[in-house]
Order: sequence, then structure tokens, then C-alpha cells
Amino acid sequence: MPDDVLADLAAATDGDAVRPAGDGDAVAGVAPRYVAAPGSTEEAAALLRVAAARNLAVVVRGAGTKQDWGGPPRRLDLLLQTRRLTGVVEHAAGDLIVVVRAGTPVAELQAKLAPAGQQLALDTPLPPGAAATVGGVVATNTSGPRRMRYGTVRDLLIGITVVRPDGVLARAGGKVVKNVAGYDLGKLFTGAYGTLGLVTECAFRLHPLPTARAFLSCRSSDAAEAGSRVAAVLASQLAPSALEVDAAPGGGTETAVLLEGTARGVRERATAARALLGGATVTEQPPPWWSSYPWRSGDVGLKLTAALSGVPRLLAAAADAARRHRAPLTVRGSAGTGVLYGALPAATAPEAVAAIVTELRAETAAVGGHVVVLTAPLAVGERVDRWGPVEGLDLMRRVKAQFDPEARFAPGRFVGGI
Amino acid sequence: MTTTDISTLATALRPVLGDAQVISDRQELRTYECDGLAQYRVVPALVALPRTAAECAATVRACVDAGVPFVARGSGTGLSGGALPHAEGVLIVTSQMRAIRAVRPEDERAVVEPGVINLHVSRAAAPFGYYYAPDPSSQQVCSIGGNVAENSGGAHCLKYGFTTNHVTGLEVVTPDGDLVRLGGPAPDAPGYDLLGAFVGSEGTLGITTEVTVRLTRSPESVRTLLAGFAGTDQAGAATSAIIAAGVLPAAIEMMDALAIEAAEAAVRCGYPAGAGAVLIVELDGPAAEVDAHFTDVERLCREHGAGEIRVAADDAERALIWKGRKSAFAAVGRISPDYIVQDGVIPRTALPEVLRRIAEISAQRGVRVANVFHAGDGNLHPLVLFDDAVPGQAEQAEEVSGAILDICIAHGGSITGEHGVGMDKVGHMPRMYSADDLDTMQLLRCAFDPRGLANPGKVFPTPRLCGEVPGRRRGAHPLQEAGLAEVF
Ligand SMILES: Cc1cc2nc3c(=O)[nH]c(=O)nc-3n(C[C@H](O)[C@H](O)[C@H](O)COP(=O)(O)OP(=O)(O)OC[C@H]3O[C@@H](n4cnc5c(N)ncnc54)[C@H](O)[C@@H]3O)c2cc1C
Repeated sequence: MPDDVLADLAAATDGDAVRPAGDGDAVAGVAPRYVAAPGSTEEAAALLRVAAARNLAVVVRGAGTKQDWGGPPRRLDLLLQTRRLTGVVEHAAGDLIVVVRAGTPVAELQAKLAPAGQQLALDTPLPPGAAATVGGVVATNTSGPRRMRYGTVRDLLIGITVVRPDGVLARAGGKVVKNVAGYDLGKLFTGAYGTLGLVTECAFRLHPLPTARAFLSCRSSDAAEAGSRVAAVLASQLAPSALEVDAAPGGGTETAVLLEGTARGVRERATAARALLGGATVTEQPPPWWSSYPWRSGDVGLKLTAALSGVPRLLAAAADAARRHRAPLTVRGSAGTGVLYGALPAATAPEAVAAIVTELRAETAAVGGHVVVLTAPLAVGERVDRWGPVEGLDLMRRVKAQFDPEARFAPGRFVGGI
Repeated sequence: MTTTDISTLATALRPVLGDAQVISDRQELRTYECDGLAQYRVVPALVALPRTAAECAATVRACVDAGVPFVARGSGTGLSGGALPHAEGVLIVTSQMRAIRAVRPEDERAVVEPGVINLHVSRAAAPFGYYYAPDPSSQQVCSIGGNVAENSGGAHCLKYGFTTNHVTGLEVVTPDGDLVRLGGPAPDAPGYDLLGAFVGSEGTLGITTEVTVRLTRSPESVRTLLAGFAGTDQAGAATSAIIAAGVLPAAIEMMDALAIEAAEAAVRCGYPAGAGAVLIVELDGPAAEVDAHFTDVERLCREHGAGEIRVAADDAERALIWKGRKSAFAAVGRISPDYIVQDGVIPRTALPEVLRRIAEISAQRGVRVANVFHAGDGNLHPLVLFDDAVPGQAEQAEEVSGAILDICIAHGGSITGEHGVGMDKVGHMPRMYSADDLDTMQLLRCAFDPRGLANPGKVFPTPRLCGEVPGRRRGAHPLQEAGLAEVF
């Protein structure tokens, strides 16, 4: 029997862009019926108009590296891939801005910018070989160590082009760094996990590549000692680009500082930083764990946040929870901004994960932060509340209802069942 | 809205806020009729001065119950008419919410009420070696709540970013009258970034009643130079060269000959005589880095034709260099009875070309334009001079001012870099954004304010989904109130 929906989708594109779904297209265990890979923003809009008319539930996929982040979709008909929405639209080196299509791998973008001595100053913690796309990074609000100096996606994104769930194409922001005309919809789409629409193009502010850098690392025996080192660096005027900690279960805590700048400047600052830390190893290359999540594929991955002064408390609480639950909880992340990542092995009993998450939530709440379960085996996902308490949830639901009244975009994958 | 409705509302509010906090006397109401853009004047039906978030929420709820629009006002220094009252609405003024609740250097945060003056945050943090980075020229009087609403910037935003990069938490009274927290002291709160959407929304998504700001560690070293050039072409080329060399100064500001003349007349800042343009470049950070880059900056300025270069030897000399720049708006009042402060953005590399175009238009129309701007990020503040006493001049100035915005749009820039859309630029929004773009922004608004009661008629030209009353654009009589301008 001919498939009318497939025919409609195909008619909206150049034909090759659409196919029936097959093995390997599932999103967190939920299989779609169709897969489409539009070649342009306009084609994407045409496809999404068909999806709207046919009441299709849609999930957007970039490289697919983070499809296990967030829960399984409540329903799924169309998997929309951005792999053909690639390439740099404009790189105005003199203006330090770039406009890039959402399916472009971030690594590819960085390679294009480097010859001009420029970078998108965003770390994308990645397992080797993963090719996170610009759209995926924006949609998941990925960040890494250097957020301490450069901020995160929300601070670097200056303009965005999206296709709304109803297939309407819209832009916000622009391609100048300074612009306060109208609402900053880029912020709304950042970290929205594809629940408000498809991001097709992003404009970013760029930064010059530094000429020199140095990593300083040192080991502390406990969270308190690491905490006082972190505090000393924060109180200094050394302007580090990153201040990270890595606490493996049972081991001590490693603290690492990244300094970026001119050759002379970095040399002098490294000397001062070394004294401040009470001795440290200075290297040009990062420590092996730098800018990588502490979990492996299939493990439980947590994001823990705190007001800055609460970081030592959180490190201590994590060590304590690991001991009591006999679970090897590794914690790592940006002590300089109050964002840590926690990992538990895939085999950890779901009840233990749930208990640890609950305990850590009490700790983060006391220091103004949150615990989010970024990635987890399905059995764990069913047992834990992935997002925890969310302030402003009612307003968020209203935003979702305005953009996607039929709840067709990644339904159920976001906070509060959005 | 009838007079009886308003008096019912006033009667309902008085027991909640206290008699002195509810103003209905016509004469007193008049003091609130305009903000920093004095060409628009509307006397509000009622003014409420809540002292707490709960009082603010109660005021909004009373407005909702009565179906009356409300407009938030901080210090009233806005330059786009954002705090222009609604004739049948309540103006909710935050001037009695001025407590700094906490300064926590160990968290790099301060928690302040919305009426707190921008500069007071830095003052409170200074003893700990921290400051609040966004520094609008109006920082001695403008409020943090107003900064949040406008996403205000300042000279040092080139390196440090704008208000949106320095606010991590808000308490907001929604247009329904509910108190909601968005963000907090920690980053990356789960869910949509409603905090990010709220900043810069110009009072159309609710009223903020508490702001958690990021404090920045004071730099080890600050170095400032003033360079005189033959003209804006050379100064613009020097700016581009500095950026291209990979230097990110804290600030790069430019003034052209007419702006220099005005500043000289007003504050005797002693800028290089006969310069066609000056650049102020400030570097800050660790001393070793600043020294290395400072040498580069001096060299690049010379290579691009700088005549005199003056380096500030101490804080007093630095203050003198900045004095001319910071007083520029007010100073223009010395050389022209009236002027329009324009605010547009272009890609930095288009600077020389755009300045030439502005000069051409100025010559063609016989309207003088003084240029003062944040050169580092391409944010122009052309000051269009005129004499309102001469018939036709105001209209001509308005035309030139509009033509400058057209140039900005044509170069892929923006109609406002920091002063906001407010009432003033509502008509320009469709030139920058398509109907669908604006419609999409309205979706956000409808989520927050389905009744369209929060600052209606501002920012958006036409009510699309929620049916608000569009703003009327009135005759152009641009004139900054002398009293206000003199503050700077
Ligand atoms: C001489 C001069 C120099 C200036 N220089 C700069 C500059 O360098 N950079 C810059 O960015 N701006 C500048 N401005 C513009 C102005 O100072 C800023 O826009 C400032 O942020 C306004 O603050 P305010 O407290 O005066 O707000 P108001 O003028 O009272 O209000 C501005 C807007 O904010 C809304 N609002 C006020 N309080 C709240 C609240 N609590 N919650 C929600 N909405 C609220 C109002 O409804 C209105 O839409 C300058 C103005 C002058 C007069």
C-alpha cells in the first residue's frame, strides 16, 4: 500500500532527502517511521509544514551523539537529520563573527576558523571520534572548562535561524555582537533539546586564538584542601581561562588551571599561580581527563551545579555518598564556575542511583544549584527524576504551548514532561 | 478605563501599599510623564511605589483584576521611551526598592533590589576587590532593573559583555501577578533559559523584583591611552588593526571632530588640538598581559597615523581621558540647542565606509552630526544636531537620524545596540525583522502576558496574537532634558 505521508514528505524535498526509517534510527529506544535529511533551511521548512499537516511527532538529530540525553520521546514519527545542513555561510574575520549551518560538525567549524587565528571559544567535551554538530551543541547547551573565561553558548550566540514546529521560518538576533532589538530567542533555543523547533543556522561571536597557554595541575588529599586551592585561584588576579577539578573515587582530587595569553604573560602568570597553589606541574598539554565527561557510553552521567563557594561542599558530599552507597562516583568539572559532572558505572543498581541523586539534590539545593541526570541506562531513567525541581516550570509549559501547541517536537524529552 | 475604575484601583491599592505609595495627584503624576527621551510625554493614570516584591505583585494583580495596563519604571533614564507611561495605566516605580541584599565575593555574586543604582553595586563590591562589569554612561543614576530590561551595555562591554552576561538570577512578577524565580546563584538552571529571554525584554514580560548579578574580580592592571588621528578613517583602521592583532581591549571608544569640539567646550578634557578623531583604548587584566598588548596597541595606532598619543600615568589622568567621552552626550548641548541621540550597530569593519556615508548625508541635508561611539563593537551613537526654534529643523534631523538607521540595516547591523526599541523604534522593527520573525517573538510574549498588559505598545509594532494596543508615534521634538543630561 502506498504511503501517502512518505509521498508528501518526499514531494516537499528534492526526493532523496526522505526515506522510511530502518534499524538504527531509534531515539532512546523509540523507533520513528520516517527519516528526512533536508538540504536547506527552506526544504526543512517545507518538510515541517508537511509534518504539521500530518500531525507527525518529530525529533531532530545532529550527529546523534547525545540522543541518549533526555528521556525517550512519548511518540515519534519523523526523525529529522541535519547532516546536510552544513557549511559556513559567512566568516567575517575582521568582525570576529561566523554564521554557520546547524548540521556542521563543531570540529569542522574550528578547523575553518583556525587559519584566521580565530576560534569559537566553546569546548565540546567529546569522546574520540564523536562529531557533535553546532545545532546539537546549542540544543544541549554543551560547555567545557573554558566557560570560565568565555562563557557558554548563550554568551557566544548572537543570532539564530529556526524553523518552528508549524514550518514557519524565523530569525532573531543578527550578526553583530551588540544588538538589543527584539527578544533574544537564541537564548530560548539554547538548551531546549529540540523541543521548540529546528535550529538551522547560528551566528556566533568569535575570539582570537591565544598565542600561548599553560596548564598547572596539583593533587589534593581531600575536598577541603582542593577547595582552598580553588578559592585561592578565584581570589587572585591571574584571570585563568579555566579552573577544573577531577575527583576519582578513593583517590585524591586533582586541581588544574589553564592560563592563556601572550608567551611572556603566560610564563609570568604560571610562576605566580604555581606559588599560589603551593607547587604544581606546569605543562603545555592538558591533563588526560581535561574537557571530557567522566562517564563512558551507557553509564550514568550527572550534571551538578552550585554557587561557587559550594563546590567543596559538593565534592565532599559526592565522596561521602559514594562511600555509603559503595558506588564508584567520579566527579569532575569546572570548579571555577560551579558546574561539575558526575559518573556512575552502567551496572550501578537503579535504586542506588536514585538514592545518590536524591541525596546530592539536597546538597545542591542548599548551595543554590541542581542535579540533572544527563544520560542514563533506560532502567535508571525510569527510576529517577531526570530534571529534579524546576523553577518557572509553569511559564516553560506556556512557552512550549505557544511554540508547539500540539506537542509534536521531542515530546516528553524535556523538563516536566515537555 | 474610566476615572472611576482608576480610583477604585487606587482605593484597593492604598491599604496594601500605604497611602504615600500610591500617587494620584495630577501635579505629582506629571513628574513621571517621560523618561530620558523627553519628546514623548504621557501622564500616567496612577503611580505605585511598591517597597517589596509582594507589594509589587499585589499591584500587578490589582491591574490584572481591573484589566489595566502597567509600565515599570526604574530611574527613568531610558533613551527609547520604554518607561513612557500609559495614559490609562499604572506606572510601577522601583525607586523604593533600593536595598543591596547581599554581596558575596566568594560566590562572585551580589543580590540586589531592582531600584539599586548600577554604580552602587560596584561600590558595595569594591572593598572585596570586585566590581559589577556592565557600565552604562548613565551608571550614576540608572537602576539595575532598568539595565536588566534594556540589556544595557557600556564602554567596557567589548571585553566583558552586556547585562545579559552578568545576570544569573531574577525574581520576577509575571504579568499574571505571580512571583517566579528564574536562574539563581549557580549557572545553567534546568529548563528553558527564561532568564535569558527576560533580559532585554523592556518590561514587556513582567517586572523584576530581585536581581542576582555576577561580580568580576578587579583587574591587576588597567592602562589607558588617548590617540589623536587626522580623521575617522584612520581611527577606524587603527581599531580594526588592533582587533586583527588578536588584542581584546576592555574598551575602544571613538569621537569625531565635532564631538571633540563639544566635549572640549563642556569639560576641557584637553584632547589633542586639531584632531579629526580620537580613540580611547583601555586594556585591563594581569599586568604582564596588559603590558605586552599595550605596546602592540601603541604601535598599531602610530602605524595608522596617530599623531599625539597620551598615556594615562595614574587614575586621575585616566579619569580626565574618560571625562570627555562620558560627558559627550551632555556636552553636545553646548554646541546645539537640540539633538537626537541615535543608537545603531554595524559590523566593525564597515566603520570607515558608514562614517563616510553619514558625513555625506549630513553635508547634503545641511544637518550637523557628531559621532561618539563604541568603536570596538561597531555601536554608533551619532548625535544629530538641530534647533527646534527653527521651523522644519526637527523634522530634518529626524530624517537624517532615520537615514542613519537605514545605513546600519543595509550593512547587516542593528537598529539598537543598547538603548532599546521602546516606543521610539517600534516603527523600525519591521525593517530589521520579517513579519514571521516578529510573530515568533510574540509567541514568547503571549506565553508570559496573554492579556497584553505589560508595557503595551512598546518594542513590537503590531499586536499579532494577543491583541495589544499599538503605539502611536508622535511628532518629533527630540530634546534631552537639560537637567538630566547635566548629571553626566
Ligand atoms: C546620559 C545617558 C547616557 C546613557 N548611556 C548609556 C550607555 O552607555 N549604555 C546603555 O546601555 N544605556 C545608556 N543609557 C540609557 C539608560 O540609562 C539605560 O537604558 C538604563 O538601563 C535605563 O535604566 P533606568 O533605571 O533609568 O530605566 P527606565 O528608563 O526607568 O526604564 C527602562 C526600561 O526598563 C523597564 N524597567 C525598569 N525597571 C524595570 C524592572 N524592575 N523590571 C522590568 N522592567 C523594568 C521600563 O519599563 C523601561 O522599558 C544612557 C542614558 C542617558 C540619559
